[in-house]
This record gives sequence, C-alpha cells and structure tokens, in this order.
Amino acid sequence: MTKRIDFQVDAAAYKHWRVSYEGPVAELVMDVDENGGLFDGYLLKMNSYDLGVDIELSDIVQRMRFEHPEVKVVVMKSAKDRIFCAGANIRMLGAAAHSHKVNFCKFTNETRNTFEAAEADSGQKYVAAVKGACAGGGYELALACNHIFLTDDSASAVSLPEVPLLAVLPGTGGLTRVTDKRKVRRDRADVFCSTEEGVRGKRAQQWNLVDEVISNAKFDTVVAERVAQMAADSSKQDVAQGIALTPLDRRFGEDGSVTYSSVEVAVDRAGRKAVITLHGPKEDAPADMDAFTAQGAEAYMLRLAREFDDAILHLRLNEMELGLWEIQTQGDPEAYAAHEALLLENADHWLANEVLMLWKRVLKRVDVTSRSLVALVEHGSCYTGLLAELLFAVDRSYMMEDEFEGDNRPIAAITLTQANFGTVPMGNDLTRLETRFYGTPEAVVAAKDAMGAALEAEEADALGLVTEILDDIDWEDEIRIFMEERASFSPDAMTGMEANLRFAGPETMETRIFGRLTAWQNWIFNRPNAVGAEGALQRYGTGVRGAFDMERV
Amino acid sequence: MLDLINVSYDTQIPNNVGLSEDRKVLKALEKWHPGYINWWNKLIPQNFQESMVYLRTAVSVDPKGWAKFDYVKMPEYRWGVLLAPAVEDRRIPMGEHKGDLAWQEVPGEYRNMLKRLIVIQGDTEPGSVEQQRFLGLTAPSLYDMRNLFQVNVEEGRHLWAMVYLLQKYFGKDGREEADEMLIRSSGSEEAPRMLGAFNEETPDWLSFFMFTYFTDRDGKMQLESLAQSGFDPLSRTCRFMLTEEAHHMFVGETGVSRTIQATVEAMNKAGITDPYDVNKIRDLGVIDLPTIQKKLNLHYTLSLDLFGQEVSTNAANAFNAGIKGRYLEARIDDDHQLKDDTYTVWDFEDGKAVQKEVPALTAINMRLRDDYTRDASGGIRRWNKIIEKANIDFALKLPHEAFHRKIGVFAGKTFDPDGEMISGAAYDAKVNDWLPTHADGDFIQSLMKPVYEPGKFASWIAPPKVGIDNKPGDFEYVKLHMA
Repeated sequence: MTKRIDFQVDAAAYKHWRVSYEGPVAELVMDVDENGGLFDGYLLKMNSYDLGVDIELSDIVQRMRFEHPEVKVVVMKSAKDRIFCAGANIRMLGAAAHSHKVNFCKFTNETRNTFEAAEADSGQKYVAAVKGACAGGGYELALACNHIFLTDDSASAVSLPEVPLLAVLPGTGGLTRVTDKRKVRRDRADVFCSTEEGVRGKRAQQWNLVDEVISNAKFDTVVAERVAQMAADSSKQDVAQGIALTPLDRRFGEDGSVTYSSVEVAVDRAGRKAVITLHGPKEDAPADMDAFTAQGAEAYMLRLAREFDDAILHLRLNEMELGLWEIQTQGDPEAYAAHEALLLENADHWLANEVLMLWKRVLKRVDVTSRSLVALVEHGSCYTGLLAELLFAVDRSYMMEDEFEGDNRPIAAITLTQANFGTVPMGNDLTRLETRFYGTPEAVVAAKDAMGAALEAEEADALGLVTEILDDIDWEDEIRIFMEERASFSPDAMTGMEANLRFAGPETMETRIFGRLTAWQNWIFNRPNAVGAEGALQRYGTGVRGAFDMERV
Repeated sequence: MLDLINVSYDTQIPNNVGLSEDRKVLKALEKWHPGYINWWNKLIPQNFQESMVYLRTAVSVDPKGWAKFDYVKMPEYRWGVLLAPAVEDRRIPMGEHKGDLAWQEVPGEYRNMLKRLIVIQGDTEPGSVEQQRFLGLTAPSLYDMRNLFQVNVEEGRHLWAMVYLLQKYFGKDGREEADEMLIRSSGSEEAPRMLGAFNEETPDWLSFFMFTYFTDRDGKMQLESLAQSGFDPLSRTCRFMLTEEAHHMFVGETGVSRTIQATVEAMNKAGITDPYDVNKIRDLGVIDLPTIQKKLNLHYTLSLDLFGQEVSTNAANAFNAGIKGRYLEARIDDDHQLKDDTYTVWDFEDGKAVQKEVPALTAINMRLRDDYTRDASGGIRRWNKIIEKANIDFALKLPHEAFHRKIGVFAGKTFDPDGEMISGAAYDAKVNDWLPTHADGDFIQSLMKPVYEPGKFASWIAPPKVGIDNKPGDFEYVKLHMA
C-alpha cells in the first residue's frame, strides 16, 4: 500500500455513489463499483466499501453543506437489489495492515459523525431508506442517519454480524449508537449484536433498531411522503444558491512536503516529524457575507480550513512514520482576527455557519489524530481565536518569551476570541478550554476576561494557555530535547497516553466511539483470534472457521 | 371440510417421527396448520380444490411401497412428515468434523447457518406452487393436470418437511421463520420469495415443464447436498424428499418430450422440413423448435443463477462445518475436507472471462453447478433423439453458462449463447433469437386452451407413452368439480 491516498476527489466522477437533487430533498444512492477498489486484491461486492468509497461519501457530505444548502433532507438508499450495504469489505480488512485498518475506521467514523451532526449543525437531516440486507458497516451507515425506514418484505434485516461472523466489533459506531443513540435495551442489544442474521420487520421497530417499518409495496411512496413532510417541517433557512468547492491549490514536493495556498507541510524524516504551518491572510477580510459568498471557496477562512483538513488526512494516511506534528502559524493576528470576526458576527448566515462548523470538524480531527502534537508559538505567529484553539488541541505548546536575537518578527502573542468559548466544542461537548481547565473552571473565566487582548508570553503563561514559555537562551535546546525525547518513545504508548489525556471530563457518544469502541476494536485487531493466520478475519471466505484462543483476558 | 379445530394428527399427518408423542412440536404444528390450509385454499382456484384428483400420497418410507394412489381432494391431502430411515452409526461425511457421529440435535455454533439453509430451501417449495397456481385453468389434458397437482401437493409436503425441522429444532426463531414462509409470496411486491427464479411467472405449460426440468433439478442438487448433512434429521428429510423430486423432473422431461413429439409429428405430416419456417409450423397449432430452444435458454440460465456466486464463503463455511456436502459426496475420491484441493472456476481478468484454480473449498457452488449441468444434459440428448428420428435438422442445446446471467462473474455483461462476449448493441440485436419474446409468449398463450375430456390432449402436446400408476389412456385422472 505505497500509493498516495488522495482525499480530494473529482465530484463529477464518483465511482460509487449517485446524488440527485430535487428541491429540498437529495437522494444519495450507494452503487459501489465492485471493480473500483482503492487497492488490488478484493472486489467491492454487494455494496461493501473501502476507504475509497468513504472518501467519496465524505466529499459528498461536505459538498451537500456548501454547494447544496437548499437541501433539507438527504435520503440514503441503495441501487443494488436486495442489498442496502454489506459493510466494510472483509477481504480488504483481512489484507490491510493494522495501521490502515485503524485509520480507515477513524476516517469512516468521522464521516458518520459528520452527516449525523449535519442536522444539528445546519439543519440537513440524513435519513436511511433501507431495502435489502443492511449488515455491519451498512447498518452503521444507517445508524448515523437520524431516521431509519426499513421495508417489511419478510427478508430485509438490519444486523451487526461482526462478532459472530468475524470475531471483531461493529467499530464504526455500531455498538455505541445501538445503546446511546437508539437506546436499545442492553440485553436486546446483546442478542442483536451476536445474531448474524440480525432483526427484521416489526421486531426491528419494537426494539428501536429502526424508526419505521413500512410495507414493501408502499415503501417508496411512503418514504417519499415522509421525506417531503420532513423537508416541509424543517426549520432550516431557505438558501437559493450554494458555493462551489473548487479544487484545492496543492503541490506535492519530492521530499514529501506539501504546499497549499495558506498551509505548508514540511517533512523532517530523520526527526520523524512534520511541520504544519498555517499562514495568516494575505488579503483584507471581505466587507460582508455577500462579499465572502462571492469569494466562495477562495475566501480565506474556508480555504484555510479545507487545506488544513486535507493536510491532516494526507499525513495521517500517507505518512505514518511521522509521529510528531509541529504546528506553526505565521501572519498578522489582527488581519486574521478580522476574517474570523466576520464569521462570528454573522454566525446566523448560512455560509458563515457552515465555515465555522467545518472548523469545528477540522479541530475535532486534530483532537483524535494519533500523533504527538506540539504547537510552537513563535514570533510572527497568529494564534488568534480558532487558530489559538490549536494550542488547546495539542499535547504540548511552547511559546517564545521576549525578543530573540536576530529575529525581527513581531513578538509572539496569543489572542482569545469568542471562538474559544463555545463555537467549536470538542467531542466531549466541552470547549477545549473547559477541558483544559477541567478542575479549575475559574481559569476559563479568567481566560474569557482576557478575550481580545494580545497576550504575550508571561500573561499567557499566567493564564495557563501554554505549556511553557522559553526565552532566547533556552528555546532552541528545550525544544530540541522535547522533540528528540518524544520521537524516542514507543508510538503505541504515545497514542494511548495522548488519547487518554486529551479527553478529560464527561463521556459522550462521540468520545465513547473514539475512545471505548475504537480502543477495544484496535485491541481486537491486534489479537490472533481476529487477525492471526488462523483468526476469523484471515479465514473469512476460506470456509474454515477461525481457531480461537479460549482464554478470557 | 377439514375439521381445523380437532385435527387428529396421528391420522391427518402421516409421520414416522412420533409426532403424537412430541407435545412440543405437535403444539407448534397445530398452530401452523390452519395458516397453511388457509394459504393453500387461497392459492388454488376453488373448483380444483373441490375436484377429486388421482394422487399418490406418501405413507411410509419403505423404498418398496412408500406411496399409494387414490382420489383425494387436494385440501385433504395428507401432508406428512416423513424422514428416510435412520442409518445406524451414521458419521459426518465431510468437513472439519468428518468422521464424528452425525448430530441428532442442532450444534449451537451452526444453528444460524443451518436455519438459514433450511429457510432458503423451504422458501422455494411454496414458491413454485404459487408460480403455478393458475396452470390448472389451461391444462392440456387431465393427465397433465393431475401431474401438476401432484407436483404442487408434494412441494407443499416439502414445505411441511422443512417447517417440521424449523419447529422441532430451532425454537422460537424457527417458529417465526415457519410463519414467514406463508407470508412471503412469489412475485409479491410486498414480500417476495427469497430467490429470483421463484419470483418469475410460470405463464404457460411449456414454462412449467421447463421449470420442473431445470429449476426442480436445482432443487434436486440442493437436496442431494443437504442429504449429506452432518445434521442427521436434515439429511434424512432430504433423502426422502428426493424420492418425490424424481417425479417432478419426470414431469418436466416428458412434458418437453411430448411437446417436441407433437411438433415434429405435425411438421412431418404437413411435409415441413425447415424447423425455422416458424409461421407455418405455428399454424399447425404446435410450438416450433426455435421457440422451445428459447424457453430452454431462459429456464436453464435462471436456474444456473440459483447456484449463487462461483466462489462463495457461505458455501465453503457450510461444507467445512459439515452442514452441506457435495453431489454424491460419498462417491468422490478425495479427503472430503478439501484441505489443499483446488477447483476450476470462471473469473474475469482484464475484461476477459478466464478459468482459474481456486481453493476447492470456496468453489463448492461452482462444482455443484457443473454437476447440475452434466445432470441436465441427459434430457437434452433424449429430446434430440426425437427430433432426429423425425428427420428434422435441428438440435437443442444448453447455452453457455455465461449467457444471460444475473448472478456470478458473468452478471452484468453480455454474452451470446456460445459464450462469446459481445457488445450490448450486438446482444440487443440478437436477443430476440435467444430468449422468448412477448410475441412468442402471446403465441404460446394462444395454444393454452384447457382440454378436460379424459384421454384427450391439446394439439401442441402428444399423449404420454404410459399412464400414471399404469392407468389406461382414457383414465379420468381428475374428476372435475364443476360448480
């Protein structure tokens, strides 16, 4: 798996999905091309999916928000006869490296979360119209929709067969959404998750595995009626015209570096480090949201978010040995603040809202990235508002204190804005500052009082906004030592430690998916019972059952 | 009328499974029985329900005399639960448990797999009855009508056999599945039968014969493989069902033979030698041979689809688990575990159909399909003999397995009947020569006029050589109730 996985796709040439738009309703039809797998060695039969299928879905979901704001209800269905979706392709999973499986699951989870949240974030409601077998990852797709219709044809069933069939978990939110979202009684959930063939018809509704069971002959008509009603009842504001998400300005260097219009990724292979620099705006902020809308995908705040998002995904999937990400910003903090302020002040404008919600998602991606993250607040940086949020997402942050010899960049300062106090909560539903100061809520109040001020090192340190402030004398050495030490630790221990420390406070469905469910899944993905030569995942398809080590651990 | 409340099961249901002793299953069957009768009564047109039909009823499992013939009204047919005699010390014939004692109870780990197989098999049985429900109205003779009803009641009995297994061995789930069998219905928009071929119409008698020849033969192959099952009650059930299934294929093969016979006789009599002189031949009130070939193409290919994907995980799992074997497993000279064997299957590489070796365990379906094709070619030879004897230059043949497929590696691509991959346009241009058209259907339908007089036959079909139960040619196989 050496080829570069690209997260930018040509919207005119989806291989696996068809989207059609009719007024406030969009149909999202899954029609996986079985020969269109991302890698060789497996066929995507029966609407099973691999990362490539999900990258397209993610793109569609993103475009639905920006390009089709007129859409209020998205109906997910299948073009295949008697199959809704068979879930993640098992041969792909069986052949994939552990790291690919983990990243695949993370990305698919993020995509599910995105369309699930689209209703709360933007008033775009995803519903699933399930005909045929809806198994494993297929049911997980439906579960992430906020309404599930199931046909009552005495054959169509929803199921999570991973445990009995493959000795792994329904790891794309399945176990979590069954109990936390659909609130299925736990003993029924136990029956459901250990029954390969799943549950169909009335019982699926009684157990709340689906919302509505509809007679097969009337299915399409009733779904269309219900969807039209949902669209009519929607409180989403009417927007006539979206904006086009044009291709990113992106160039790859031979050394692995990536250059975007406002984001730069430099690679230090010896140090196993990527340096991601986010640049401040070159142009003035648009005068108003009309001007912003006219700029469309070129508008700085949107462009920066998309580029950063792409850089994150690229590094995650294609640069797995770069275990440390150094985050940098460079630019004029006030110019940046003006761009951000336009969005915050017009948060009820559909596009401002979409851009802010995109930032929310991108920052969440940072939160769940299994890399050691360090932010350097150097002179000339622009850690303001959403960019300052990065300081609270990373594992450690270091800030330059006072003037540095031979460095004539403006003195390093951090500026908090309204964006740090509720606009972009983490998966645990707290702000990053609330999470940071979980035991000292008064520190959040103090930080809020300092909102708008350019906080230089000493003040930032006093408010607890950075890990350490270092002057000209110590900076270079301390940073070097931190990075060398970090690069020497076991990547596994780092991933585990960071993932635990980043999410203080209450559990939500989201943290349970990325924490509990994912961690157990990744453990199972390492155990011989699943992935050993005689494990269930390896043996799937051979006709020979997995041989299990029967010791309970 | 049936007494639905106080059904005496010892007398109403011939059985060799000690039903009267088995309170649990008896209770379950009692609950299921009215629904079944209701299904039957709603299905078959009323005047046939009231008619006396000369049917054979299975009364024992003794190979020498398992059936007796008598007039019976179909709703009063004694649908029995009959298992082939137990074989002492029977061992599991294949898979990872090979050599272990056969299971008399369902092994927990294979419960779902077994249930699924039984449900799929069971679902086909009532499906075919539903497909054939109106054929009585156009029967070409009382002899044929009787054969149709015989096939129907026996498919009904096969449903009973599967339902018995579900109710006896699969608890609450099994009872629910048994109920679902009566809810799904062939061609229904609401809840269709599980397999495609059982949702296709059987619009005319030639289709019926083709269906019983080709599709029931798939049933035979499936039953043969389930008869190998390490789950002994399933094995015994299927072994007995096979004795009945043979008659269904006989009806199919002789039905087509007699159709061909009538055609070539009429052609000879009219002095027509060119089998493609379709209009002239049709004017004789018989079905031309090219149309028979088209019907054959359709039914054979639909039946091939019933074997599923060439390379199949489910089939491999079932074999290895010892749940479902191969055709004539005991006669195959190998380890019966397929540890290192390979088998040749079709696949697609670079847009070309190629044959390649895959682990034999995963190619169980393909192997069964190959066995099926061999088994099905026997009748074709016999049909061609009839044509040859009449000195007509025409030979029926099985189309290539790539032609007209909806399941497996060939699905979604266009092939001609010789297996050449062709463009969609080339396919469209010729498809009317290969598969029955609506016009062909109209013509066949125009011949479908009932003949209810004993000993008389419709123009398009010749009388049988021998009667059922050795009855004479003018025997009244069905005493029609004319209300």
